[in-house]
Amino acid sequence: MKLPLSWLKDYTDIDGISLKEYAAALTMSGSKVEGIENLGAEIDNVVTGEILSVEKHPDSDHLVICQLNVGQQEPVQIVTGAPNITPDSVGQICPVALHKSTLPGGVKITKGKLRGVASNGMMCSFQELGIDHGCVPYACDNGILILPKGTPVGAKIQDVLGLNEDVVEFEITSNRPDCLSIIGLARETAATFDRPFSIKEPQVKGCGEDIKNYVSVEVKEPELCPRYTAKIVKNIKIEPSPAWMRERLYAAGVRPINNIVDITNYVMLEYGQPMHAFDYACLSDGKIVVRRPAAGEAIQTLDGQDRAITDEMLAICDGTKPVAVAGVMGGANSEITDTTKTVVFESACFHGATVRVTAKALGMRTEASGRFEKGLDPSLTMPALLRACELVEELGAGEVIDGVIDVCAADLAPKQLPFEPDKMNDLLGISLTAEQQIDYLKRLEFEVKDGMVLVPGFRVDIARMCDLAEEIARMYGYDNIPTTLYAGEMVQGEYTPKQQMERNASTVCRMAGFDEAMSHSFISPKFYDAINLPADDVRRISTTILNPLGEDFSIMRTTVLPSMLDNLAHNHAHRNPSACLFELGTIYTPEIQDGKANPDVLPHEEKILTLGTYGCMDFFQFKGVIEALCRELNIQNVAFVPEKNNPSYHPGRCAAVYAGEARLGVFGAVHPLVSKKYGMNGEVLAAELTMDALFAAMDNTKLYQPLPKFPASTRDIAVLCDNEIPVASLEQTIRKAAGNLLENVTLFDVYKGDQIPAGKKSVAYSMSLRAADRTLTDEECDKAMKKAIAALENEFGATLRG
Amino acid sequence: MKEQLETILAQAKEELHTVRSARELGDVRVKYLGKKGALTAIRKGLKDVAPQDRPAMGQLINDVVAQLETALASRGEEIERIALEEKLASETIDVTMPGKPLALGKKHPLNVVLDEFKEIFLGLGFSIAEGPEVELDHYNFEALNIPKDHPARDTQDTFYISDNVVLRTQTSPMQIRTMEKKKPPIRIIAPGRVYRSDAVDATHSPLFHQIEGLVVDKGIRMSDLKGILELFAKKLYGEDTVVRFRPHHFPFTEPSAEMDIQCYQCHGEGCRLCKGEGWIEILGCGMVHPHVLEVCGIDPNEYSGYAFGIGLERMVMGRFKIDDIRLFYENDVRFLHQF
Repeated sequence: MKLPLSWLKDYTDIDGISLKEYAAALTMSGSKVEGIENLGAEIDNVVTGEILSVEKHPDSDHLVICQLNVGQQEPVQIVTGAPNITPDSVGQICPVALHKSTLPGGVKITKGKLRGVASNGMMCSFQELGIDHGCVPYACDNGILILPKGTPVGAKIQDVLGLNEDVVEFEITSNRPDCLSIIGLARETAATFDRPFSIKEPQVKGCGEDIKNYVSVEVKEPELCPRYTAKIVKNIKIEPSPAWMRERLYAAGVRPINNIVDITNYVMLEYGQPMHAFDYACLSDGKIVVRRPAAGEAIQTLDGQDRAITDEMLAICDGTKPVAVAGVMGGANSEITDTTKTVVFESACFHGATVRVTAKALGMRTEASGRFEKGLDPSLTMPALLRACELVEELGAGEVIDGVIDVCAADLAPKQLPFEPDKMNDLLGISLTAEQQIDYLKRLEFEVKDGMVLVPGFRVDIARMCDLAEEIARMYGYDNIPTTLYAGEMVQGEYTPKQQMERNASTVCRMAGFDEAMSHSFISPKFYDAINLPADDVRRISTTILNPLGEDFSIMRTTVLPSMLDNLAHNHAHRNPSACLFELGTIYTPEIQDGKANPDVLPHEEKILTLGTYGCMDFFQFKGVIEALCRELNIQNVAFVPEKNNPSYHPGRCAAVYAGEARLGVFGAVHPLVSKKYGMNGEVLAAELTMDALFAAMDNTKLYQPLPKFPASTRDIAVLCDNEIPVASLEQTIRKAAGNLLENVTLFDVYKGDQIPAGKKSVAYSMSLRAADRTLTDEECDKAMKKAIAALENEFGATLRG
Repeated sequence: MKEQLETILAQAKEELHTVRSARELGDVRVKYLGKKGALTAIRKGLKDVAPQDRPAMGQLINDVVAQLETALASRGEEIERIALEEKLASETIDVTMPGKPLALGKKHPLNVVLDEFKEIFLGLGFSIAEGPEVELDHYNFEALNIPKDHPARDTQDTFYISDNVVLRTQTSPMQIRTMEKKKPPIRIIAPGRVYRSDAVDATHSPLFHQIEGLVVDKGIRMSDLKGILELFAKKLYGEDTVVRFRPHHFPFTEPSAEMDIQCYQCHGEGCRLCKGEGWIEILGCGMVHPHVLEVCGIDPNEYSGYAFGIGLERMVMGRFKIDDIRLFYENDVRFLHQF
């Protein structure tokens, strides 16, 4: 909301308050100042000048040489090519940008020569002054702005055009529609500085006759239109508004149009009450009916659009057809035109939510709908209506018919709330006396009577004690409320075990050299193609956004893998030689209904620890990170099972990770076709581990094992076996067969090639044997070893290498 | 004989000076103290000395032997010292050469600050609550006093999944979910992702993070809200941070406020960073609206509370002077390694 300060002064005074103080104080009392602008601030050294002579340029057909009186001793010579400057222009007054002047947009004007003739400045059009045609309705579209006769010569152009105005722009919160008005902001200003505030009651003389002879109003939906007031003005003369009104409207950000439209806009800005003016001649049967549109009804609105309207909306109709969409926009069929003779001024109160639904459905938010949807005070319609009529008379725009239409279903009695000074003090943590509180409330036009607070009608936002407490707090000053630290019951602040595990997992990943990444939770369905998911893969069924920003952000991911690959690809494309990333990212698994995501049920959200890397690790280094992670999270019995059919991974380099029977996730080399889609050539490794599974597999019980007192014996064995046999199976067999003397078994070599038959491999283990109570004899060790070798022979046909 | 002993001692000491290694030192020892050594020979000649002179002469020989032993030992130590010095000198390396890289990973900058934030509030007795990002309209709006068609919905352009399911536009639904599950005293923060339909540019992201705070107990006052947030601001931004609370409006708090900190660049004078205002908006807060308490089955006559919500990205961008919000989600390691 833009507030021209000259307008504010109609209602209160701000003498002796600097702009900076004003902005700071209003911000702190609840009306946040967004900025302060001076309309003419960009213009410098532009004055009015009288054209003394216009002569032809000796070397040009379209240029003329003018002498102008700009209030200085000597006339100023300016060369111009404007079509409206002719010898007939002598005596006219226009804006002159003198040598070393500035125009809006930072345009600098200096003297120079045009075809050899000195030109000491520039005569300006209204466009060059950065103003709207509506501000200067007398101006021609193409040429120098000729100012009205009698304009003083040598005056600053800002003063002449009313541009010398400070305008304060406020951010008004949605609960304060009353502050979307000059009067509302004046009221806040007066309360903030504790200064007097008054509104003059509008005076309408009238011209006789009776409105009842012109129009009847029927409100069929009093719920949606609690009050409808109207007056009629005849003998309308459509013309531009006077300069003072144009200037104020323009300063407040509204384009001046003509006197009747300007009056409705002026009153809306002043009172915060949207108004509408109909051409009476277009109302059939002299009737206004406020009703829901019938099926199939349509209207062409003032912006020239044909609109289908439905029975969820509210329409202002005449005897037969809609003439306006209530609270949103008028109809073209009853628009004020140059030939309009009689006008109906409407000032009504409409149901906020209905106006909002309507404006949204029709895709047209207007100044009026933006106000109505916040809920307006029904007692406001009448003063605004009378003010409009007062202005009609003041401007000589027409004659106001006596009488007024007022169809009112609203309760206009002030809302009452109990006055509870102690409770308010308690809520705020302050200790004001009841008198102080009453004083603050009075400043804001609340009355306190018999233990009750009477809420002024315009404060539609006040409903409970806490609302009053806020009023007192902002008048007292939020800054004056002390700062205390509540010392109530002691509560322990701590991470939950799951949160602690997430922190630990994150720490391990970082210690292993992985940087933490964060990626978007919404992805494109194409991401599933990129990671090679088959068309019927259940993970393709995703929670879908109805109104996404674009396909790239249209579904909630069911896997973090494509985001991770995207991140790696970004690094790869930016020539980072390597990247190690991890993300603790959420996936969203929908409930599936008839093969689709059920949009009405919340998807299951769970966190997946996703790791990805290229350029610095091989498969087994990467596997080492996964193993370390499990170890650090105290997950026992971790096993890796080859996974050959995961579409996103290399069929020969992918393993599922298990803790006992529980699947923790998967890791491996990304399928080369997938990494190729991401533009990466070398090996890309990735892992996806389910945090809930990791958490469930954690076993934090730790028991001390005594350190061994007796030495261990080591035995190395090498066996020859089929290539396909996983070493993990050999190891498992050794462990089972060797018995409980076996302390540890470590793979130390796998060899294929020279001296090894095709299809075979040599696998070498180091076995460490120990007893807790004695030093083992050679016989005991040999026996255990032989059992292991025998078992390997039995189960896998493995033979001991000599 | 006495002169002979002194000559031998002097000669041995002289020889020791030229000794350069443990082996040469051994040679000297053998030469004088060995089986065929000079002093051994003299000791053997003692039997030819007059019996009355023998003890004195014996003593003399012992003295000389002891002196020689001392000289040998000290020379031995010196040789070792020199040898060590030479070894150390030969082992000298250029310590300014780079270390072998130990690549530790980095926390994401958003989590760097979020973790600090969590630590501050854990220390104040808060726990950390988490909840769904795909959220029911009821929790995101209705229960927070924002019915359908409420104008406050305009300020939060919402992504819809269906009429009743949205991507949460704020972490405030965690207030409701927490109060439904748990009775006072409540002290939680709830960090998480939120979504708004803002086109991506340097300062806007359709996805960002908020941190919600909620305290409900008997006798909670607005002064307590001011107290805790001022304490938090000083911990996070430094002890000399100046804050101000300014009235604002949120449908689910009353009274409501926004907290600004004085611009750390211009100290309130107004500059480009603070858009000339001298203050930077940090968070929204207020006293929990009694209707919200009622919706959650908490009697507002018995309990009161406060709530606050902070945007994480903006806080982190201010802290590290990051000028493009998109960097957070690109995960370029050259970016991540800076924090």
